Amino acid sequence: MSIARRHLLALPALLSASPLLAQGAPVKVGTLLPLTGVAASAGGSAKAAIELAVELINTPQPDLASMPLMATSGFPGLGGRPLQVVIADQQGSPSVAQNQALRLITQERVVAITNGYQSGLVQTASAIAERHGIPYVTGEAVATNLTERGFRWFFRTTPIGPDIAAIYVEFLQSARVNGRPVTKVAIVNENTEYGTSIAEVIRRTAEARGIGIALQIPYAANSADVSAQVLQLKDAQPDVAIFISYTSDAILYARTMRAQGYRPPILIGDNSGFSDDNFVQTAGDIAQGIINRSAFDPSRPGSNSFKVNALYKARTGREMDDTTARIMQGFLVTCDAINRAGATEPAAIQKALRETNLDAGQLMIGYRGVKFDEKGQNSMASVLLVQLRGREYISVWPEATATAPLQLPYKGWE
Amino acid sequence: MILAQVVLNGFLVGAVYALFSSGLTLIWGMMNVVNFAHGDFVMIAMYVAFVAFTMLHLGPAIFVPLAAIMLFLLGVLVYYALVRHVMRGPMLAQILGTFGLALVLRYATLWVFSANFVSLPENLLGEVQTFAGLRLEPSRVAAGLAALGLTIGLHLLLTHTALGSRLLAVAEDRSAAMLVGIRPDPMQALAWGLGAACTGVAGALIALFFYITPTVGESLALIAFVVVCLGGFGSVPGALVAGLAIGIIESLSAFWIGPAFKDLVVFILFLAVLWFRPQGLLGKA
Repeated sequence: MSIARRHLLALPALLSASPLLAQGAPVKVGTLLPLTGVAASAGGSAKAAIELAVELINTPQPDLASMPLMATSGFPGLGGRPLQVVIADQQGSPSVAQNQALRLITQERVVAITNGYQSGLVQTASAIAERHGIPYVTGEAVATNLTERGFRWFFRTTPIGPDIAAIYVEFLQSARVNGRPVTKVAIVNENTEYGTSIAEVIRRTAEARGIGIALQIPYAANSADVSAQVLQLKDAQPDVAIFISYTSDAILYARTMRAQGYRPPILIGDNSGFSDDNFVQTAGDIAQGIINRSAFDPSRPGSNSFKVNALYKARTGREMDDTTARIMQGFLVTCDAINRAGATEPAAIQKALRETNLDAGQLMIGYRGVKFDEKGQNSMASVLLVQLRGREYISVWPEATATAPLQLPYKGWE
Repeated sequence: MILAQVVLNGFLVGAVYALFSSGLTLIWGMMNVVNFAHGDFVMIAMYVAFVAFTMLHLGPAIFVPLAAIMLFLLGVLVYYALVRHVMRGPMLAQILGTFGLALVLRYATLWVFSANFVSLPENLLGEVQTFAGLRLEPSRVAAGLAALGLTIGLHLLLTHTALGSRLLAVAEDRSAAMLVGIRPDPMQALAWGLGAACTGVAGALIALFFYITPTVGESLALIAFVVVCLGGFGSVPGALVAGLAIGIIESLSAFWIGPAFKDLVVFILFLAVLWFRPQGLLGKA
């Protein structure tokens, strides 16, 4: 009896030792994602990407050797200890996000927390990490104020509002509609933090450069019907319509525009809803030529983005979207810092994060690099514009990095 | 011209609201049970249509009746397995009972189908038609006609048949109905079955032009409660009138004032109507 029990006790050790080359107790990193609630589809994609990242770090990936931690297994800086991720469901609720962050820190004893998805939830969860002195890294939340709070433990790799507005406005300044410059721009935005803040920063940037916003239509993202907005646009006839939407409303807009026969010469759909693979699969065929921002262009064979996307597609059967890629990049940057810290003490990881200096070739995404400023914001984050062709977004602007020429006007369903 | 299209769109959306609410009129309005799972019944019907179309390659002519039958059975099952028991408890038990049912349906669907958005091809009933410069989607027109048909059908059933009288008798006074020899359980189960079958038709038709996801019921459910309340409890034609009115008011206020304020306009009018007519537009005092 006692012998049998001793064998049983040894079993977990045997199981964990065999498949991995990594050795020692795993290093735990906590990740907050919306696995249930209205953003669950995006959370599911992100979860698959995080799990892929863990697999890539824990097993040698010679093919991706230009990226940190890929050629080796586990954390070489920590004697080859493997990475373990604890994914917590924040349920799309700011208070749940806070409780889960607390649980990750006090019960799971994670060395860092990553992601969070919605800006409003990152706000509450990162406050808990700040209080406990645990590094918090988000790769996706864009609300500008997150890095304006004077936090010392908060870092962000994604480009934010002003970066996004700058590229749209630069593009609109160079674009031509029927051979003349763009003069009339309409913005249609969902009316929570995301839509309101992005719309506001686009308006300010555009007006500073002499392009007026003729019409702004804020709406509630959970609307069951959006035909009035589409008819307002049809009535106003702007040169450019910019939509800032989540997934369900993005799908409704595409369908309603088709039903009402409305196509602006240039249609921009800002990221989250329009980048979601659910939008591309459900409504992509009737939104051909829509322009979106992205930091992720997996269309160049041989690039890290291309390879990571291929691995992700093999695992999930879907293309990796921009938001998911930004989430995964934020997670990888965190792991790189833990490795360079050479220790699991929060202060060491915080110091390593501050010293982060990755160049474009070490990333899976199209940023110029990763280097945090004193507020914790990545000063090398950058964006490019992509256009929907078939069921894929192809990079089209700036021309220097484009893989295909821009096609105007917007085609929609034709 | 644009204005005519705004009103027409409002009318068609209103018909969808009426269609969506038709099942609730029967269950809430007649049986006096608040069914918080109403939106999720519609969601289940949308998935029935989706599965029937993508896996079994059945067209709308078959999957709409199929969804009605499936939801009828679900309604009867829900009555016998849940509602019959919680109705003996306090009001709070009824509310929490159907609320729990809503969560079970929603998360079971999430488990089986994942949170991904799916949809049916938008031209299953044909392409968009133009009449005198107005654009009409065949799927929405079908939903509108179905709303009208269901309303008339339910109204005739309740007012012109013996079965309808028995249903109303049980709804009005359970003990008195028993005294005259009506067994209440089969009647209530039938009401739940019919109510759910209406949501089956509604869900399968709405699936023709709306996206499908496990949480879709949330964005549609609130309006159904408002429609039934505004139309008048127990008044089947009232729900149709209220649905159409809300659709047109929403559409016009979204166009003139802005979409962010359309709910404000609708609910102010809603409160105003209840102030003057607490029984609803067509309800009996």
